Amino acid sequence: MSDQLETASHPEKLRRVAIDPVSRVEGHGKVTLLLDENNHVRQARLHIVEFRGFEKFVQGRPYWEVPVMVQRLCGICPVSHHIAASKAMDLIVGAKQLTPTAEKIRRLMHYGQILQSHALHFFHLCSPDLLFGFDSDISRRNIAGVAEKYPDTARKGVLLRKFGQEVIRHTAGKRIHGTGSVPGGVNKSLTMAERNELRQDIDQIIDWSHDAVQLVKELHSQNPALYDSFGIFRANMMSLVGDNGVHDLYHGSLRGRDADGSILFDGVDYQNYGVLLEEEVKSWSYMKFPYLKSLGNKQGWYRVGPLSRVQNCDTMPTPLAEHERREFVAYGGNLPLHAPLAYHWTRMIELLSAAETIKELLHDDDITGNELMAGGERAREGVGVIEAPRGTLIHHYRVDDNDLVTMCNLIVSTTHNNQAMNEAVRQVARRYLNGREVSEGLLNHIEVAIRAFDPCLSCATHALGKMPLEVELLDATGHTLSALARSADGGFCTPD
Amino acid sequence: MTAPPKLKIATTSLAGCFGCHMSLLDIDERLFDLLELVEFDRSPLTDIKHCGACDIGFIEGGVCNAENVHVLREFRANCRILIAVGACAINGGLPAQRNHLSLPSILEEVYHTSIGLAPGNAIPNDPELPLPLDKVHPLHEVVKIDYFIPGCPPSADAIWKVLNDILAGRKPELGHGLMHYD
Ligand code: SF4
Repeated sequence: MSDQLETASHPEKLRRVAIDPVSRVEGHGKVTLLLDENNHVRQARLHIVEFRGFEKFVQGRPYWEVPVMVQRLCGICPVSHHIAASKAMDLIVGAKQLTPTAEKIRRLMHYGQILQSHALHFFHLCSPDLLFGFDSDISRRNIAGVAEKYPDTARKGVLLRKFGQEVIRHTAGKRIHGTGSVPGGVNKSLTMAERNELRQDIDQIIDWSHDAVQLVKELHSQNPALYDSFGIFRANMMSLVGDNGVHDLYHGSLRGRDADGSILFDGVDYQNYGVLLEEEVKSWSYMKFPYLKSLGNKQGWYRVGPLSRVQNCDTMPTPLAEHERREFVAYGGNLPLHAPLAYHWTRMIELLSAAETIKELLHDDDITGNELMAGGERAREGVGVIEAPRGTLIHHYRVDDNDLVTMCNLIVSTTHNNQAMNEAVRQVARRYLNGREVSEGLLNHIEVAIRAFDPCLSCATHALGKMPLEVELLDATGHTLSALARSADGGFCTPD
Repeated sequence: MTAPPKLKIATTSLAGCFGCHMSLLDIDERLFDLLELVEFDRSPLTDIKHCGACDIGFIEGGVCNAENVHVLREFRANCRILIAVGACAINGGLPAQRNHLSLPSILEEVYHTSIGLAPGNAIPNDPELPLPLDKVHPLHEVVKIDYFIPGCPPSADAIWKVLNDILAGRKPELGHGLMHYD
């Protein structure tokens, strides 16, 4: 592993190069490299530089507010937080089993979100690197450049995302930060008119999703050496898996495999995630580093997201996607593929699967039903887990007898991938930058590796740290608005 | 005849969730019309890391740390028209929920009493991490803002209307149906 690049022994003698901010990803992050006089990379880190303090300020709020509040952690996949929190709160209100209508409306909402997020990620954010080249002209390396050179591809990407957003609007009430999912169920089902409107376009959407998988395969086949090796490292993997090992993004139990593909654990009830996982804090990032307790922090870190899910499951639930999964598995010779760029391939297989799943749900009469809510015996604690676009998302709450939240713990998808993304950064730094004059194009190679994970640094920022600095914020007339310093004992204080 | 030069627009998220940027993308196919008229400078959609001289600055999110202050001032210095987009930019939004708590108490929570942490963890402490402010601030407390688009997020139609008014040289007006505070 590339442990030795995590921390240089004499950082003070080295030259610092920063990629700040990392762009064409969601959220706030930066990469720092420390180079010696011969441009050898001595240290490479991906830092998460923002915090929210969400786990603290959600305390004291009524539990039923949480699914609406928590999605403001992330505007790219608000539905993930909306539903994960709802699933935890289902247990608080004793709804161990949702009504068929509620469960299917939530699934529809979630798969709409998978569709829009995967489309956004691939077309709007990553396709410029893959279509133009990692060190191509910076002024064109974006969606505007794609729209100019490949208008058809850009248009499909925009319309795929639009359809996913429309599915969300019809199920959640609003494209971004809706309110459809509530503890114990949903607050609306689909009207016939809404269902028919979505049905009209779904075959076209499936076709375009299918085209997207073919596009990734074509890119891959144009340069297999690059796609198979870029930023590669071996890792364990984890995801939810549905009944009978089927790929399921809404519900299931936890399964893990090692880098050779052997099962590490299977069928683990996610209420017990705490038995499986532990988190480490590193001084240089706000994002924690989770790992499997049984293997420890050195060996136990893992990867989540499409690349893990498609290889962790036994089958995809829909025919076209299953066909593509088999082709993918065959390409790897039945051994796990670890190349970060293979994320794109599996992500597009999931895009296709989401489109097919949406079609099935749109032909299920339950989605226009009117039994929306379930309930039962109140509980004080609940864990809700789903597979968000980027990977496993864990929400854990305790609620007191006055309905107020007393404890909240979140492990978001991107946090699970923290070590993995740092590994990818170090692999690329070692392979492409070592000993060379740093250029914009070379630095973009590092971002290409980070982007493959589709990190959502926006929602990965709910912790808080302390810095050896002092800061003062002045308003336009020079008055102090806000100030903070570190006191002699290392704690924070507000200077007066 | 050559086309008139495109207006330059820079966008960024400070202490925001990117939802306002997503709402900008929710103009859907109209994005292609927009791209005929504007060119994106610094934005999460491009790889330009610092904003150059721009006509329009579009900022979501409030100000929660030292770095946000630098970026906001960079935008103000470079953008002719600066727009605060969404609840967070206008009044701090959800992240400002921490304003009634002290930072040490949040620290305490996350690093000493939080569940699932490995023993012996210390609080992050590195010069690469920008110092958080003790309160989350709206943008207009720090720099002059020219226009505000409320909502969490504002609808794509509201954003579209404001951009179009500016592109046409009109004073932006949201008008009935586009002014939302949800
Ligand atoms: S206003 Fe709402 S959508 Fe916009 S950044 Fe803030 S929380 Fe996100």
